[in-house]
Amino acid sequence: MKSLVDDLLDGDHRALARTISLIEDRTPGYRDLVSQLHEHTGHADVIGITGSPGAGKSTLVDKMAEAYRDRGLTVGVIAIDPSSPFTGGAVLGDRIRMASNTGDMDVFFRSMSARGTLGGLSTATTDAVKALDAFGKDKIIIETVGAGQNEVDIVRTADTVTVLVPPASGDDVQMLKAGILEIADLFVVNKADLDGANRTVQELREMIEMRRDELAVATGHHGAVEKTGDDAAAELEAGEADDADDPSWTPPIVETVAKRGDGLEELLSVLEDHREYLVESGQLEAKARERYAAEIRTLLREDAADLLSEEIDARGGIEAFVDQVVDRETDPYEVVDDLLAPIEECVREQR
Amino acid sequence: MSEAPEQRTIRCLVGKVGLDGHDRGAHVITRAFRDAGFEVIYSGLHKAPDEIVQATVQEDVDVLGISILSGAHSTLVPKIVAGLEEYGALEDTMILVGGIIPEEDRDELLELGVAKIFGPGASMDEIVDFVRENAPDRR
Repeated sequence: MKSLVDDLLDGDHRALARTISLIEDRTPGYRDLVSQLHEHTGHADVIGITGSPGAGKSTLVDKMAEAYRDRGLTVGVIAIDPSSPFTGGAVLGDRIRMASNTGDMDVFFRSMSARGTLGGLSTATTDAVKALDAFGKDKIIIETVGAGQNEVDIVRTADTVTVLVPPASGDDVQMLKAGILEIADLFVVNKADLDGANRTVQELREMIEMRRDELAVATGHHGAVEKTGDDAAAELEAGEADDADDPSWTPPIVETVAKRGDGLEELLSVLEDHREYLVESGQLEAKARERYAAEIRTLLREDAADLLSEEIDARGGIEAFVDQVVDRETDPYEVVDDLLAPIEECVREQR
Repeated sequence: MSEAPEQRTIRCLVGKVGLDGHDRGAHVITRAFRDAGFEVIYSGLHKAPDEIVQATVQEDVDVLGISILSGAHSTLVPKIVAGLEEYGALEDTMILVGGIIPEEDRDELLELGVAKIFGPGASMDEIVDFVRENAPDRR
């Protein structure tokens, strides 16, 4: 494994591709691989692109990659497509849209299947992003499954989340309220040359305004209702002063026609703005810390679960315990206490 | 997820190179591979050998299926093979060729490193089984 990491760090495309495969397949030893990569990560901007199927995600990603390449930056793309829950098979079709970057090896495009996970992201995506980051990509774009409204996983991996909304999707916009609105750092109304684009922009703007007001109420900034006049005024002033110190971010709306590249410059500059906001507000660091905390917890849970199932097997398997519970010889709580007691003791002794 | 068993999924790239625009066969095989539980990347029409090489290297597929009905196989396939070699991807990628390949051209392709050639009469089951049995073991 050692030499694979070295090759990857040396810029060998094949080594990068192979590393991602090992990560995706959860091949024994992939964890060592990922931990060796860790010290080399933390330099790339990670941009998530999500939105309903047919919104134009792939085409937009293609144009974004091209624009970044024009600026001399290197780009990694991970495009996730759904897999069949029955056979596990998948057709990964996003690559077809990557017409602007063919033959350019400095755009590393990798298709991934969701492999049965919900939330629009493959479990391996976060680790694959690390591989691209360690490889030295400046920008990493993740394109999620265009499944619908529950692709909130992307927040845990991307620094900036871009939500694509096709025009004239009146009812869709309503549905966006449920989950996607909260995760969006910016909206892109793509295919803006179609009828209904203006209306979609308008509706989005209203929703963003509404949400801002809701947030303001929730955080007490405009909590004038319950206060007497003087208090409220004081509160309001204090609140506004706070706002000035503490930069806040309202998701902008960018109109694009990805096919023609219209609006692309604006999109890139908004992405840059958001990046700056993340850095200045300390959000970037906070997000990274949160991400690592979540990662540690997830890994711990997985490993602890492994350890416990090993313990259950060593003590005769779960069925034996179930038999005892069915026969009223013991109960589930007692079984758990019984199984955990030696482990707890061991942990406390060694702490 | 260490708890889950290792998920070894066969990955394939179905590629159309050159100027021929007949992609019915490529579509059918793409679907057959998907239904067999493989992950299939379809290149789309009219790809240059370079693009197929780029996709094969980056996607790290086990199997590259090249569909050619134009008769240009003797020019296109060697270019792809050379490109894969350049990136160190030739050894562990199984190359299949499908389409109209005249009898007298077959040996040349097989010598280049093509694992098998499937002509118009080949059944989907035959191809899927061949991939299952012969996909390179990379561990």
